[in-house]
Amino acid sequence: MSPGKAPRTISRKSGVSRTPRTQDRKKPLAKPSVGDEADFLARAWTMEVEAAERYAMLADAMHEHNNLDVAELFRKLARIEQLHADRLLEENLSMHPPVLPTGGIRWEGGEGPETADPGELHYRMQPYHALQIALTSEKRAQKFFADLARNASHATVRKAAREMAEEEAEHVRLIEEWLKRTPAPDRDWEHDPDPPAQSD
Amino acid sequence: MSTAIASAPVTAQAFKSDTKPIWCPGCGDYSVLSSMTKAFAMLGLRPENVAVVSGIGCSSRIPAYTTCYGFHGVHGRALATATGLKIARPDLTVLVAGGDGDGYSIGGNHFLHACRRNVDLTYLVMDNHVYGMTKGQPSPTTESDWDSKLSPGGTGLRTFHPLVIALAAGANFIARAFSGDPNGTAEILADAIRTPGFSFVEILSPCVTFRPEQREWKQQVRPAPVATTDDPARAARRIITDDGFNIGVLYKSSRKPYQPSLGKATKRLTDLEADFAI
Repeated sequence: MSPGKAPRTISRKSGVSRTPRTQDRKKPLAKPSVGDEADFLARAWTMEVEAAERYAMLADAMHEHNNLDVAELFRKLARIEQLHADRLLEENLSMHPPVLPTGGIRWEGGEGPETADPGELHYRMQPYHALQIALTSEKRAQKFFADLARNASHATVRKAAREMAEEEAEHVRLIEEWLKRTPAPDRDWEHDPDPPAQSD
Repeated sequence: MSTAIASAPVTAQAFKSDTKPIWCPGCGDYSVLSSMTKAFAMLGLRPENVAVVSGIGCSSRIPAYTTCYGFHGVHGRALATATGLKIARPDLTVLVAGGDGDGYSIGGNHFLHACRRNVDLTYLVMDNHVYGMTKGQPSPTTESDWDSKLSPGGTGLRTFHPLVIALAAGANFIARAFSGDPNGTAEILADAIRTPGFSFVEILSPCVTFRPEQREWKQQVRPAPVATTDDPARAARRIITDDGFNIGVLYKSSRKPYQPSLGKATKRLTDLEADFAI
């Protein structure tokens, strides 16, 4: 059987999915498996950098499709994540990025917990959707650190993870506030009078 | 440029060009680009030592998005171009990229013979089971019952099974990856590039515009439950019976790559150019 035998749960009429899918279709959560403090710092820093790079990529994609509001929002999120990465180094009195294993950090579940899923994008999405994507990512990051705070073998790592979990929880709260100030999308937000999937 | 700078490791980001992809938002090919550049960085390659060759289609735009040498060629002929390049410049790492229509239909014959020749190339196919660039016609890997405006009721045709074909035709390395797992895909690509001979990597890369149901693939893929084998008979049984969602290196052999001796050049480059002067 070929891979295309997926259940067709999505409207073929419009050629696009009906709902933003940030809530129920996420990749498996990256399981914490962290050694010492240096390993912890490398992972925490990489998580922020990979999240920043991904948001920048999403911003470029939306910019190319002239969805400038969402592009700017993703750009802003990229800057915020990069700031987090830089601050992590400062707090650890490190002038240089941590030394990573060859090929970078290998996350269980594929990607870092805070990395947004590019499959969530839609060319007509609105800032509200982008914030939902960010919220999901922050919640994953918060859970990652909270799990680590409970399960890490080193006490110093547990302590650092607890602090990071608290910080991510604060980010969750901030994005929830941001969402409250952002207009919810119209019901037909994805309606395109000249859809790309329309064959002549 | 100092030697120290010239030999500094190149990051994945440095393999990305300033040209921004124009793929649809949500397209799997974005992640494939990331995986490819990560694989180059993991292997310590440098852009000037890598050539990315493609055919025609959405995914075949990929060379332009890298800082490597690139050749965006003729529909279905990427493997022929890449074969010539690798034979002439065996020092280069040559990666061939394209889609399922380009590779299995228009370029189907080249695919067979590239597997058979076993030149040291890595061929990655971003398979979304549809011709996206031309607005959604069925491709060789489209399910027979996929109902669309352009194929009412489905084509009724048996689907092409690229991994089985590759194995039968003699590919030295066969793997399946998923764009939704960019780090895993990068590791598979690095393994494919490292392995001498013709390496074929099929990457399931959803087309969110014409095949939005492929967003479900992320729930369906899984690591292959068996280890890589070098036994073609065992590989054949596994590949032919799997459901198309097992991810990993499914077959890896050590057949000697084809690399003919080039002999001595009898013409200078300027003489060759003169033949094409208008």
